[in-house]
Amino acid sequence: MDSQDAAAYPLVRRAGLSGTLVSFGGSLSEASNRAALAFRTAVEARAMEGVVETMASLASVFVRFDPSALPHGKLEGALRDLLAAQDWLQAPLPAGRRFWRVPTVYGTDLAPQLAEAADAAGMSEAQAIDSLSAARVRVLTIGFAPGQPYLGSLGPEWDLPRQTELTPKVPRGALVQAIRQFVLFTNPAPTGWRHVGQTGFNLFQAGAGQPFALRPGDEMQFEPVSMPEFLKLCEDDPLRGGAAAEEIGA
Amino acid sequence: MSGLKILRVGPAASVQDMGRPGLLGQGISQGGAADTLALAEGAALLRQDPGLAALEMGGMGGEFEATGPLRIALTGAPMAAALDGAALTWNASHRMESGQRLTIGAARAGVYGYLHLGGGIATEPVLGARAVHLMAGLGRAAEAGDLLPAGPDPNSETGLVLVAEDRFKGGELRIVESFQSHLFPEAVRARFAAEGQLNILSEVILPGDVQMTGDGKPFVLLRECQTTGGYPRIGTVLPCDLPKAAQAQAGAPLRFRWVSLEDGLEIQSRFRKSLKGLPAACRPLVRDPAAIRDLLSYQLISGAVSAGADPFAKGETA
Repeated sequence: MDSQDAAAYPLVRRAGLSGTLVSFGGSLSEASNRAALAFRTAVEARAMEGVVETMASLASVFVRFDPSALPHGKLEGALRDLLAAQDWLQAPLPAGRRFWRVPTVYGTDLAPQLAEAADAAGMSEAQAIDSLSAARVRVLTIGFAPGQPYLGSLGPEWDLPRQTELTPKVPRGALVQAIRQFVLFTNPAPTGWRHVGQTGFNLFQAGAGQPFALRPGDEMQFEPVSMPEFLKLCEDDPLRGGAAAEEIGA
Repeated sequence: MSGLKILRVGPAASVQDMGRPGLLGQGISQGGAADTLALAEGAALLRQDPGLAALEMGGMGGEFEATGPLRIALTGAPMAAALDGAALTWNASHRMESGQRLTIGAARAGVYGYLHLGGGIATEPVLGARAVHLMAGLGRAAEAGDLLPAGPDPNSETGLVLVAEDRFKGGELRIVESFQSHLFPEAVRARFAAEGQLNILSEVILPGDVQMTGDGKPFVLLRECQTTGGYPRIGTVLPCDLPKAAQAQAGAPLRFRWVSLEDGLEIQSRFRKSLKGLPAACRPLVRDPAAIRDLLSYQLISGAVSAGADPFAKGETA
């Protein structure tokens, strides 16, 4: 069992043959996500010989390394020293964050699983739209596909499990929901999350100077629009579907 | 520039190299060739860098025309290949002249065959690599009409052959524990079922991770996997066994065998050493003169000199 006991964390564990995972919690919390973002920045700043790359996920930091240059024990020791150096759960969020408002069609043929998700959360469709569109969520991590955000946290009523069967394909810009989070899809892909909304936000452009639209720590709100409004926004702004950003002050 | 024009090609062909390490934090997995051992074999046969790009052909090949003279090598899942109708040896390097046509058929075993060009396939790199990454939306599958441009090729040697490791019929995949293995206690491991597995946090995914989606079916994630995911992973297949996983056709038997981290590191280290030995393992391709239709067009003797000749008289220098 994954221990939910806060005293067990932070945990340093092995990931495959040449990876180490530092976890700040077994379930998602605002503080454990902040800790992961800050700890990753600190590991990068140490620039240890043998570390190949790092990544922050929801509440963990993954370090990939070359065990022939940096043995497991040595890396784990260095990570434990860094963990002890400060209270990472109190670390501040990254600088330069932005707040994105993203026009979204909930339900309809464009997002066919709103009704199913509302039912699972014990709400009518209208209540579900009110609840989901009122939530101001944070980019907890980027993953699964280029520039693709995991967003949270939604209220406990949205702690819905993933489906046991994968949905074969949701389109680019799909807003999907499970386990008190959203994911906004960069590309068409299979998913076990429920497709509740559709946006025209293109998160990744391979050739652009800044290929990735979002950064961890950015905040987002998915504001409901009608289907005709949505289609007009996508036509006028094919890249962002009407999504707009403003800086968040420090 | 020499290259290969694609006249027809199977639906699962794409340009691949070793992929894009270092972009996990942006949501891009390394990707690259499904069978990186085949990339190394092709590079050894052509005496070039294994980081160069080749055409990966899933299930079946295609027909290609040379736009100039070039060297090719064929590796990975064995496929029937012919040059202007004359059969070509697989796991070998060959020369193509301008206008010659190469045909490559369906895989006889395994899944992914590779067509390498001397100098590599020199398509435009995107985010540091040429590998098409369909999951990430980088590039697209190869299509009829595409030109595969060859990069500068400083070598001319062809006619080498390699005995490839037979990794095309399933077999044993060695697996090490990872950070979610404890979710699968010994008693339920055989059933690949974890407790509470639809509600755990999404975590980093590594190529080779064996993912359980909840209905008891294991999925071995390959190099083009997503970077994070919430379905738990029972363990991680060693990188050196991933070509065997990728090359297993539907129906091929695969078994998992647990190994310790120490043994896994040792096995992987031996594999890396064996890659370095590939160039030296290439042998000249011996052809039966009776099978050469145009034997008389070959210059069978060259480089003969007269003992009395003065090479410097022709201005030659060493």
